[in-house]
Amino acid sequence: MTDTNRERRRTRETAFYLFTQQSLPACKPVLTPGWVITIFLCMGLIFIPVGLVTLRASHSVVEIVDRYDIECVPEPFRIDKISYIQDDSIPKNCSRFMKVHKYMKAPIYIYYQLDNYYQNHRRYVKSRSDKQLLHGRKYHDTSSCQPVELNDGQPIVPCGLIAWSLFNDSFTFIRERAELKVNRKNIAWKSDRDHKFGKSVRPFNFQNGTLIGGGKLNPKIPLSDQEDLIVWMRTSALPSFRKLYGRIEEDLDADDVIVVNLINNYNTYSFGGKKKLVLSTSNWLGGKNDFLGHACVVIGSSSLILAIVFTLLHLKYRRPYGDTSYLPWNRKSLSG
Amino acid sequence: MKRYVYINDDESSHELYCDNRISNRKYTVLNFLPKNLWEQFSRFMNQYFLLIACLQLWSLITPVNPASTWGPLIFIFAVSASKEAWDDYNRYLSDKKANEKLVWVVRQGIRKHIQAQDIHVGNIVWLRENDEVPCDLVLIGTSDPQGLCYVETSALDGETDLKTRLIPTACMGIDFELLHKIKGVIECPNPDKDIRRFDANLRLFPPFIDNDVCPLTIKNTILQSCYLRNTEWACGVAIYTGNETKLGMSRGIPEPKLTAMDAMIDKLTGAIFVFQIVVVMVLGIAGNVWKDTEARKQWYVLYPLEGPWYELLVIPLRFELLCSIMIPISIKVSLDLVKSLYAKFIDWDSEMIDYETGIPSHATNTAISEDLGQVEYIMTDKTGTLTENRMIFRRCCISGVFYGNESGDALKDTRLLSAVAGCSTDVVQFLTVMAICNTVIPIKSKTGAILYKAQSQDEDALVNAAAQLHMVYVNKNANTLEIRFNSSVIKYEVLETLEFTSDRKRMSVVVKDCQNGKIVLLSKGADEAILPYAYDGQQTRTFIEAVEQYAQLGLRTLCLAWRELTEDEYQEWSLMFKEASSTLIDREWRIAEVCTRLEHDFEVLGVTAIEDRLQDGVPETIETLRKAGINFWMLTGDKQNTAIQIALSCNFISPEPKGQLLLIDGKTEDEVCRSLERVLLTMRITSSEPKDVAFAVDGWALEIALKHYRKAFTELAILSRTAICCRVTPSQKAQLVELLKSCDYRTLAIGDGGNDVRMIQQADIGVGISGREGLQAARAADYSIGKFRFLKRLILVHGRYSYNRTAFLSQYSFYKSLVICFIQIFFSFISGVSGTSLFNSVSLMAYNVFYTSVPVLASVLDKDLSEGTVMQHPQILFYCQAGRLLNPSTFAGWFGRSLFHAIVVFVITIHAYAYEKSEMEELSMVALSGCIWLQAFVVALETNSFTIVQHLAIWGNLVAFYVINWIFSAIPASGMYTIMFRLCRQPSYWITMFLIVAAGMGPVLALKYFRYTYRPSKINTLQQAERMGGPILTLGNIEPQQRSIEKEVSPLSISQPKSRSPTPVYEPLLSDSPNSSRRSLGSRSSSSYSRNCKDN
Repeated sequence: MTDTNRERRRTRETAFYLFTQQSLPACKPVLTPGWVITIFLCMGLIFIPVGLVTLRASHSVVEIVDRYDIECVPEPFRIDKISYIQDDSIPKNCSRFMKVHKYMKAPIYIYYQLDNYYQNHRRYVKSRSDKQLLHGRKYHDTSSCQPVELNDGQPIVPCGLIAWSLFNDSFTFIRERAELKVNRKNIAWKSDRDHKFGKSVRPFNFQNGTLIGGGKLNPKIPLSDQEDLIVWMRTSALPSFRKLYGRIEEDLDADDVIVVNLINNYNTYSFGGKKKLVLSTSNWLGGKNDFLGHACVVIGSSSLILAIVFTLLHLKYRRPYGDTSYLPWNRKSLSG
Repeated sequence: MKRYVYINDDESSHELYCDNRISNRKYTVLNFLPKNLWEQFSRFMNQYFLLIACLQLWSLITPVNPASTWGPLIFIFAVSASKEAWDDYNRYLSDKKANEKLVWVVRQGIRKHIQAQDIHVGNIVWLRENDEVPCDLVLIGTSDPQGLCYVETSALDGETDLKTRLIPTACMGIDFELLHKIKGVIECPNPDKDIRRFDANLRLFPPFIDNDVCPLTIKNTILQSCYLRNTEWACGVAIYTGNETKLGMSRGIPEPKLTAMDAMIDKLTGAIFVFQIVVVMVLGIAGNVWKDTEARKQWYVLYPLEGPWYELLVIPLRFELLCSIMIPISIKVSLDLVKSLYAKFIDWDSEMIDYETGIPSHATNTAISEDLGQVEYIMTDKTGTLTENRMIFRRCCISGVFYGNESGDALKDTRLLSAVAGCSTDVVQFLTVMAICNTVIPIKSKTGAILYKAQSQDEDALVNAAAQLHMVYVNKNANTLEIRFNSSVIKYEVLETLEFTSDRKRMSVVVKDCQNGKIVLLSKGADEAILPYAYDGQQTRTFIEAVEQYAQLGLRTLCLAWRELTEDEYQEWSLMFKEASSTLIDREWRIAEVCTRLEHDFEVLGVTAIEDRLQDGVPETIETLRKAGINFWMLTGDKQNTAIQIALSCNFISPEPKGQLLLIDGKTEDEVCRSLERVLLTMRITSSEPKDVAFAVDGWALEIALKHYRKAFTELAILSRTAICCRVTPSQKAQLVELLKSCDYRTLAIGDGGNDVRMIQQADIGVGISGREGLQAARAADYSIGKFRFLKRLILVHGRYSYNRTAFLSQYSFYKSLVICFIQIFFSFISGVSGTSLFNSVSLMAYNVFYTSVPVLASVLDKDLSEGTVMQHPQILFYCQAGRLLNPSTFAGWFGRSLFHAIVVFVITIHAYAYEKSEMEELSMVALSGCIWLQAFVVALETNSFTIVQHLAIWGNLVAFYVINWIFSAIPASGMYTIMFRLCRQPSYWITMFLIVAAGMGPVLALKYFRYTYRPSKINTLQQAERMGGPILTLGNIEPQQRSIEKEVSPLSISQPKSRSPTPVYEPLLSDSPNSSRRSLGSRSSSSYSRNCKDN
């Protein structure tokens, strides 16, 4: 073999040459019954255990939910809850009893849940200014905060509908006459406190207008420490959502009864929203969520069923695989 | 209408005509932006995107940052604009180079070196050997004493042989020194693009003799971009300059061709657009209703009681913007990209390189590769396309004696050799005509051998054959010819050359024998152009027989004739001829008329038969492509019998009992009509039988059929899979293509010569063979290939793959846009129908332009079946022809899949991430990564063959998605800060992802498997067979490689004169009864067919 020949062969084998000839080495997977049945079998064998583990984890989470929005309106006002909630002169105190049905290990997360509340409404989501939250009044272009941008010509800090509608119900928890210690620190994301909300930005001109939305803020505390606000400003994508209120750092035993003293300030009555208080433990999965487990089991078992069906089909209709004599043009030429 | 060019007049014409500045540029620096933008915005898709982008500037309605549309839009525009700009800049550079080239021009009587762009009409330009001609010139002087010069015109018409040009008679003999001072006027037509015609007159002013008008033809010109060869110097008068030269005028931008696939994609885009409008209207109304009933109660949204007048429009417009991604902005870019890659694959293909000439195949038009896979009709030229166009003199018949019948080669026929040795008058006359009745130029090489430069292959063959028979054409000096016959030199003076035209079908020369002063007219031409003009009393019967016999063997015949002229007759005629050749209007017609006055009363000398061999692999290629369901039409200028023989030998028409040939003929309307109807009737009857019925028609009948019976002929064209059209003109070829195109068939025209250019340009796909007749066809074509057999690979491999790949790519592009769009729509139902976007701007933009566009690009390497399988089962092309892979129903499948996947992603996401996890940014990233995972698996499932590139693109893209999002999550200023890190730490995120993949792909996989195994398409069956690697049934399988070894044995050169029946066998072919024709066709072709099989 001469040198030129060898050289030519080498160039022919370079990857680029093969690419230009569209003849890069390729593997051609074909959906053979063996492969497909194995795939479905494997899916079943993986998803069912995963689903069971997930379900177990979900079941190990103890969750107590108490809806209080209706109960906390005194009987006489139930016909017109809106005027009740809007009347500042009526005290809004309310007490609820929550029974722990299972041992709950600390930390126990306290959430408030709002239903039928559209934090994802376009008008609402857009109405905030991240720059202002970080830089305060130094940042002037707050047009995105419409319609809660200015009040008496003065900028509002924090501006926008989201901040303006801050949730302002408050809860205290009493077990056997002793107040449970609720940790309200570190409920917001650390990244938000450090990088999204200014350490030197203090509320200004907030809730001073004619229309008062939700909660007020202490103008002396910088925004980065207003954790309720930070939690609230992380808008939810779904119309039912829970937001962290605090943590109980004591274990709760089964059959403990917890008295919740709450101040029912927040108006969900005008749009038929629900308010719930949730106490929940947590594990690697997060909160209680059976969906993942159920879905995994369903997917896994339907995969198994498919695998069985395909096996049966394969056994019953053994088709000669890839028989080109089935091609019409070959059939014709065979007969003719 | 006319321009008058004053030679060497420095002032007068400067203002009238443009200077010689060549400009091929489309843009200038100033008008680039507006002009380019205008062009881009004239497309509907671009207008749509611009509208969307403008709407997004209105912050009240825009769901996302306007950058998510403006970014890609500007990118797309920038890419195509910079491509244009780059091309234009290169044109500018090459123009500049040409414009600033230094040339010698006479100014104020002195030769000066000036830039080419400063040449003006009327200037005298001097050229040296090997100079490029800077503008169109009329020759006035050359170094040659006879006023000849040689030019190479390959840049103009692709013909590589040298052409002679001569100075006008009026300028003959003007002294070299005086040329500077020459004055005169040239009357010439306004610039046009016809490079074969120049009808002008020249008149020189005193003191230059001759105040006569001297006619000028294209022979007296040298055109821009030609090269001066073999001539020391030449000078000429500039007549057309700058962009007004013949070359400049013929430069034009051809109409862009649109593939059937593009049309289908446009249609689907339209459908999606309608769907989008419906969705927008429904959601818009729902949104407004919800706003008025619910949102007003929601105090935290703080809707004003009275909105502005446009309030009702706000929500629909928001949804319009939200849904605008339904029409993917990336599809245009992706398609352009992959199409140019398809074209590159054709250029690169080492199996389509013509190793004889080293010319690779080339795709000039990069946009229509998919159409190759959808071809239904192929219109092919014969000479040079199916045959090699390498002419070899095989047989002849001189005064009734057949030479070469036994051996198949007249040059070895001892009888002929002895006749030559014995100086038999007939034979000598015959050889003389062969040797000098042509326009061949003999060139003596340094070794002393004589090379012939001929414009036509036939002439070349004849001159060479004559030389081998000791009649050597030695030299040509201006008007004197020298031939050497058996060591005696004979000189002839050429008086006139009556050139060949396709109308006259013959050419003649008038020569004067220098020894005895006799004037003779020598003619050669087609039989019907010579034999009817034989003198009364000559028996032409043997010649007719000879012609028929040769044609039946597939040989090209020419009749040779001569006539002695008297001096008076010649002089009288010569005057008429001069007058005719100096007319400006209808010159060609006038000359033809004058010529017929001389060309009569011939003494027919004999018939020559020239063989034109079939190219390698032609029968196999035709058979394979016919199996692939492609209909073949042969359009040729040749005789019917020759065409039929060629057709038989290259599997064009099948032999008995499969085939049947019907004939349409007739000289009058009635005859043609009757014959057409008869053929049509037979066609209708036999169309149900599995039989190849072909029809043959000649140019004359075709003319009548197309003019008067267009409807019947169209029906015939649809019914017939094969047709042979003989003696058709270039314009008829184009008309036939037009006819088939009007019936909605995809047509491919393939040819090699200038006469095929119109057909090639007319067809959906034009393929040119870069053959011996120059590059004209190859230049006009969309694809140029070196050999006919490459057509098989071009269609079955490149066309088919391109179609499959584009089908997947385009539908996938819609699918992925629809997925994300459906999710947005579903989300709007849980966000108060207010038009909130679930995804942020960056993700949306990256999803469309990056995450989903990159992996699918790797599908340009996808092969559903290997090349070998496709070649063995060409029938599989049917899927492409019928558009089975991209049509509304396949699209509906993709639409359904996108809806299903959107539901899977959305439902799983909102349930897995409910309540305390429902934070907006997190949820949107979960949904987005769900989509990305699904995309990866969808592409993987739809990929038939995985190369390393596909793996990299699909899985690398998935990794890139995470890397990119981690980077974004690390930037504190971005909205996604820390989100991706949080998600990746959550086990529930990964469980959700696997759940989405399993729920989304499981049913798709199951369905695909079921169909693949239990309802397999033909493609699936072949894939399985390929996989099994078992013996694939190869009925009728043909391997071209085996055949090509046997190329020496040409099926055409079978000589079997003894077995031939006295009456020509093909005669019943033309008879009325289909049965008889069938039988005869069978018997005739089966012999050659069995031979074919033996070759295998």
